[in-house]
Amino acid sequence: MNEIDENHLHADPGIDGHHPHHGAPTSAAGATPLQRERAQTIFQKGARGRRAFLCPSLDVPAADAEQVLPTRFRRREPARLPEVSEPEIVRHYVGISKRNFDLDSGFYPLGSCTMKHNPRLHERVAALPGHARLHPLQDTDGSQGALELMWNLQEALAEVSGLPHVSLQPSAGSHGELAGVLVTRAYHEDRGETRKKVLTPDTAHGTNPATVTMAGLEVVKLATNDDGGIDLDDLRAKADEDVACLMLTNPNTLGLFDPNIEQIATIVHGVGATLYYDGANLNAVMGLSRPGDMGFDIVHFNLHKSFTQPHGGGGPGSGPIAVSERVAPYLPVPVVKREDAADGGAPAFSLEHDRPKSIGRLRGFHGNYGCFVRSYAYIRSLGGDGLKDASEVAVLNANYLLARLKQKGVAEYLPLAYGELCMHEFVLSGGPMKKQLKIKTLDLAKRLLDFGFHPPTVYFPLLVDEALMVEPTETETKETLDAFADAVATILREAAADPEIALSAPYTTPVRRLDEVAAAKQPVIREALV
Amino acid sequence: LSRYTAITPADLDAMLDAIGVGSVEEIFERQIPGAVRLARALELPDGQPEQDVHAHLSALAARNTSAEDELSFLGAGMYDHYVPSLIDMLVERSEFLTPYTPYQPEISQGGLQVMFEYQTAISELTGLPVSNASTYEGPSAVAAAAYLAKLHNGRSRIVASAGLHPHTMQTLRTYAHGYEMDVVEVALRDGLTDPDAWAAAIDGDTSAAIFALPNFYGAVEDAAALSAAAKAAGEDRGKAPVVIAQADPITLGILASPGECGVDVCVGEGQPLGNRLDFGGPSFGFFAAREEYLRRMPGRIAGETVDIDGRRGFVLTLQTREQHIRREKATSNICTAQALNALAGVVYLTWLGRDGIVELGELLLARTHYARERLAAIDGVQKLHEQPVVREFALRLDRDLDAVRRRCIARGVNPGVDAHALSGREDDRGVLVVAITERRSRAEIDRLADVLGAAIAAERADGDGDGGASNGASNGAGASSGQAAVA
Repeated sequence: MNEIDENHLHADPGIDGHHPHHGAPTSAAGATPLQRERAQTIFQKGARGRRAFLCPSLDVPAADAEQVLPTRFRRREPARLPEVSEPEIVRHYVGISKRNFDLDSGFYPLGSCTMKHNPRLHERVAALPGHARLHPLQDTDGSQGALELMWNLQEALAEVSGLPHVSLQPSAGSHGELAGVLVTRAYHEDRGETRKKVLTPDTAHGTNPATVTMAGLEVVKLATNDDGGIDLDDLRAKADEDVACLMLTNPNTLGLFDPNIEQIATIVHGVGATLYYDGANLNAVMGLSRPGDMGFDIVHFNLHKSFTQPHGGGGPGSGPIAVSERVAPYLPVPVVKREDAADGGAPAFSLEHDRPKSIGRLRGFHGNYGCFVRSYAYIRSLGGDGLKDASEVAVLNANYLLARLKQKGVAEYLPLAYGELCMHEFVLSGGPMKKQLKIKTLDLAKRLLDFGFHPPTVYFPLLVDEALMVEPTETETKETLDAFADAVATILREAAADPEIALSAPYTTPVRRLDEVAAAKQPVIREALV
Repeated sequence: LSRYTAITPADLDAMLDAIGVGSVEEIFERQIPGAVRLARALELPDGQPEQDVHAHLSALAARNTSAEDELSFLGAGMYDHYVPSLIDMLVERSEFLTPYTPYQPEISQGGLQVMFEYQTAISELTGLPVSNASTYEGPSAVAAAAYLAKLHNGRSRIVASAGLHPHTMQTLRTYAHGYEMDVVEVALRDGLTDPDAWAAAIDGDTSAAIFALPNFYGAVEDAAALSAAAKAAGEDRGKAPVVIAQADPITLGILASPGECGVDVCVGEGQPLGNRLDFGGPSFGFFAAREEYLRRMPGRIAGETVDIDGRRGFVLTLQTREQHIRREKATSNICTAQALNALAGVVYLTWLGRDGIVELGELLLARTHYARERLAAIDGVQKLHEQPVVREFALRLDRDLDAVRRRCIARGVNPGVDAHALSGREDDRGVLVVAITERRSRAEIDRLADVLGAAIAAERADGDGDGGASNGASNGAGASSGQAAVA
């Protein structure tokens, strides 16, 4: 039975009886308060001479200005920074913050991004002065707590991944990818081989091919088979002695675990290449299956995804890598080392830089320590069983939402692209919706905004027509999942009656659809100042 | 029920029923081959209640010596500036803390406007017209700038001043291997990039010429002269390289802007602008350039536009540069950057304001000058160079630096960074890099002078057996005090 066809917009609201968003506006008749408030930047506010900062007084003898810093080195015109009072700053930024949707306010099923709850405990412990005001060049003696924390985190990540050697240095997932590909390159070069090709499936995250190019290697695309996994014939045909690495996400970006992973590993290792695991989807398998046990040599973690570092509107992230024995000598420096005391006393922790085969350093200092504190707190809160439970519920929630959407009749218009079950996320194709209801995935996404939901990832992976990639995560309630499924069903019903509703959505957001083409054609990327 | 999940037994039954499976295990069994399923529990400590985790993390924090626990003159890349309280409040707001990259601009105007304002502030500070919305941090921003140069001119040589921070130089070498580029290092003379060697190093295959402002030893480089020399040398030999400066943003309130000095790309570490030390991260890297490089910039860029009702709005723009569109032809692989840290940066610059950043710069200049003269007057201490310094300077000690530092630290004063421990350069043995922020008062600088003077005198009294010649003997990589050594 298909509820969408049977219940047109005006017909039976009963199926959505407990729906919190029932009756979302279907036109932009009157502007909302946020819409009436036109965007003004901080540079357009304030007045000459206004200020927030009071400089500490000069307590040293005034020196001859020309002698201390000759005029030719001095700035002639001051940087035209804003001139505003502290209350104005607070009002301004609190005001514009309200023009953001955020995870603390509502459901954020953005596929591939693992938008799980961010516990406030983590912010509290990261702000302790012993962590927050610790200088990165503090002597080893004065940073034992930080180094122990890093060592414990390295050990935990090694256990979760099944790969024994860890570098915490990379700053985000794509930085971890670069580390991993450079490690692979160094491994082959050390064996006197110059392998140039890196295999990436056509479902791969865009960061994979971009990274390969930056590391001086070439991308070779692998086809996807009818089940959504790697096409083994294509892999066998392309795996040769010039292949350095296969980069794989498992479960992949279709939300599917590749059942042929052992064969894939055998083929890749058979030609002497390494197997790289993009850890963006690790939230599906923590405590259930380990990349190291699947045959991977290198894995990067996204601490901001699986280990719940807040996403901050686009960072900070953190992208440690874990590797197998054979590529361990090439890890970036520094790594944290532990030495047990001979007399049974407290162990000593230090940063090891002297690793002759290392690819070197990828950034300043030791990585995003503030992120380590948060993710370590998360791991201590959950423990091994808790991490496993998190992944189980993430997968349960995804499958339930998939089933619920099917129950609501959504599958007819947005069928699952591949497979029957899914792991922590799933990808629907909006192709039939576009054809039958005359609205695209983009329109569905924009209409979801009026229902108070962040839309799923859209138009990725690229091989799925009108893709909609949904990752609910484990921290959502069944009620939220039900409400989301109801909203999607409602939008499809609306579209069946009048596609224009979705085509012109959203109506309730601070601004409506924006002209991105004009923005790119004549880029204005800073405020014009007079 | 585990932490942060919400599925009750009743929920579970209903959900399994809807899915059409008998158990959660079945969902996994039907998808993951048995051979790669983990048959045991993860060997990790058991989960703990919130208050126990707090106690554990507090205990670890207590074993660190933070800038609250000693009088610290540590710098060399990150600095103990005062972070105003309004930044704490703003970065902890859910609306800024918990969303992701603004893929849906209609509900992300706050974050996008912050990026646009940040780009404006960085553009003003650097004197360059275009800025991205942030990169990871300082040294990798320099490496990203070198990639821009490679994409721009396709040449293979990077000329880099030895005045770059050692971590920058090491990072650049790591990346350059991937770019298939060579790094040629230009030595310093009298504390500054040697102008003759700089011009001589730039050949027709030079893609980028990179220097630091101020440099690792605190000296204010002549940015205008270095830019002009690099361009002249390049043009003589074919075509000018891309001139890149790694700048300390807090000094740009009073230093001539890189843009007006002829620099093409200015990048740097944003931590001094309202970000915590955090043992080295997260902070942000800034990245600004001349207009002609706009379409080769890495990372997110926010742009202005209008919505269908004509309202002003902001979007991520020029996305065809980026990995999610362009894939292997992208200008960078960067995806998640440092949006929240960049927010702290623009709020900090707003808090300082147009006059404040100049006043703060003048205060740092005066105190740094005072501290350098005061410390250089100590018997056994010399200035490493006589060049102007703004917020940091280098001294050469005639006693074992490791031992001297230990004596100072024992008295609650961390006198600064051992340059050799960071760079591994023989020339840097006995070189102390001292940083001054607005948090270090004259009285505290005087205390540093007293403690450092006493430590050197004590070393001299104690150590006549191995004397000044031993300087560095126990000061090399892996020294017992363990300040970060180099590979």
